[in-house]
Amino acid sequence: MKRRSLMKSAAIVAVLGLAGGAAVAQQDGEKTIIGVSIPSATHGFMGGLNWHAQDTIDRLGKVYPNLEFVLSTAGDAAKQVSDIEDMMATRNIDALIVLPFESEPLTAPVAAVKKAGKFVTVVDRGLSQEGIEDLYVAGDNTAFGRVAGEYFKENLQPGAKIVVLRGIPTTLDNERVEAFQTALEGSDIEILDMQHGNWNRDDAFTVMQDYLSKYPQIDAVWAADDDMAIGVMEAIAAADRTDEMWVIGGAGMKEIVKRIMEGDPQLPVDVTYPPALISSAIEMTALNFVSGAPMVGRFIIGSQLITPENAEQFYFPDSPF
Amino acid sequence: MKPDLHTLGPLIALIALVILGALLNPAFLAPANITNVLARSAFIGMIAVGMTFVITAGGLDLSVGSMAAFLAGIAIIAMNAALPGLGENWGTIIIGMGVAILGGIAAGYLNGALITKARIEPFIVTLGTMGIFRSLVTWLADGGTLSLDYGLRTLYRPVYYGGIGWITWPIIVFALTAMAGEWMMRHSRFGRHVEAIGSNDRVARYSAIDVNRARLLTYMLLGLLVGLATVLYVPRLGSASGGTGVLWELEAIAAVIIGGTALKGGRGRVWGTVVGVLILSLIDNILNLADLVSPYLNGAIQGIIIVLAVVLQREKRTADER
Repeated sequence: MKRRSLMKSAAIVAVLGLAGGAAVAQQDGEKTIIGVSIPSATHGFMGGLNWHAQDTIDRLGKVYPNLEFVLSTAGDAAKQVSDIEDMMATRNIDALIVLPFESEPLTAPVAAVKKAGKFVTVVDRGLSQEGIEDLYVAGDNTAFGRVAGEYFKENLQPGAKIVVLRGIPTTLDNERVEAFQTALEGSDIEILDMQHGNWNRDDAFTVMQDYLSKYPQIDAVWAADDDMAIGVMEAIAAADRTDEMWVIGGAGMKEIVKRIMEGDPQLPVDVTYPPALISSAIEMTALNFVSGAPMVGRFIIGSQLITPENAEQFYFPDSPF
Repeated sequence: MKPDLHTLGPLIALIALVILGALLNPAFLAPANITNVLARSAFIGMIAVGMTFVITAGGLDLSVGSMAAFLAGIAIIAMNAALPGLGENWGTIIIGMGVAILGGIAAGYLNGALITKARIEPFIVTLGTMGIFRSLVTWLADGGTLSLDYGLRTLYRPVYYGGIGWITWPIIVFALTAMAGEWMMRHSRFGRHVEAIGSNDRVARYSAIDVNRARLLTYMLLGLLVGLATVLYVPRLGSASGGTGVLWELEAIAAVIIGGTALKGGRGRVWGTVVGVLILSLIDNILNLADLVSPYLNGAIQGIIIVLAVVLQREKRTADER
């Protein structure tokens, strides 16, 4: 433990020493280096996010030759901290765009980057201390749950019974589920069960099979994620109960959006939580350096309802997600 | 003959779980639920039967979960690629199955050769290939999901969902694998060699057993079974991604140990492994069917039951040896 923190402070000292040099280099009209640190593509949503990050970096690199990007992906919080330390120590970045794997462990390292005088953009998961970042770009988890909840309330008869699949136990998941429950308040809709499907197709398939064995009446399913929705629909099809219930996922996976476009009765709508939010974060950070406009503050991307009428504008056939 | 107490421990745990499940929710014993649980167990089950041989010979394979994801990925890519030429028929699907099974044998050979020929610790080799297979499938899928063509999926689907009455194909294949595995372990020369190598590989070598060949074969057998599990897994959701088969290796190893096979090798129990796999899937199923505890605690309950099943077996063993 001790050795670790020693190493960390050594890295910070090194970084502070380099920071002075960076300011000079910039005045010479040299390249501005922007570091991007995101979780690796372990599930569909993160895969989409990785794709959008790569895509945006390629595009911006061509448009602004004086910008250079350093992208790193991490499988866990500890690796992400090391990545950021490496970016500071060896690449001498001018700005950091970070989607924290977890809020707590990343707060101190990102604060150190800020303290070294760098521009910091935090994406999606906030840090546990306020006021560190210059720019905050995120989706709206409360709206994500609320929009879904309101759709259930408006489209189900009183007395209807629904089941919910939750994600990986996190604050983000809690916020969504609480907002969903709040939106349902005052209606006569009963939530039969809420279990964790971990944003995973196979896990969601298993949980849904067990729901179907357990409850003879289910009118609708809030799968809360498009990967989980796919597993859920497969379980429903296997039990021959496709006509009994509809399913609402979330995020905006291309296969799901396509089925909404085609008017699939089992998938009436979807709620967005776009992985493209990383693109907005990278673009805005780049603008801060190439234009005179200060790009600071909070930028929240709302969750919208994808319906058969507007589905086309949410359909990205080239994205892997 | 004295009843085998080592296998009785896990069996008692399994029976207790079945009774508990039936008491908690009458839907538990419905044929649909039994089919679900058994079919779900089939993937881990087949892999665990292969793992029993590897562990009995004193080895270990951490790469099986990633290997399954990788094999599912290349099988899907092969089928999608063969589709324009061959059309939507069983020929295309058989190509996919062949890719999964041959790929599995090749991957098992890779692990086994690195362990027996390059003489690297199994833990290190398979930890390495675990990362390699996982990254490869994420790379092939471009970080997203590889999906089988819709028409092919519809054709392929009955391989997971169909069967003879309520006994679906995965259950049948799992049962046949288990029986073949039990026969091989008990009655074949290969099984006896595997046990001999696991108890003392030097003595085995002096007894003119080709130790390296037998070890290599255990990894290839495991690879073959991972391929077979993949053949049955792909039609379930028709997709593979970086999230496929995560932690399958640990579930398979846990099932083997719960079943009474010694982690240090030398004693393999294929029936025990089958019981172990069923215990693991039943815990999940019961926790979903009954609202016993907060879902946050599911992992803790699983942990307790796994440890209890092994403790039970351990106490019986010391009593037996006395």
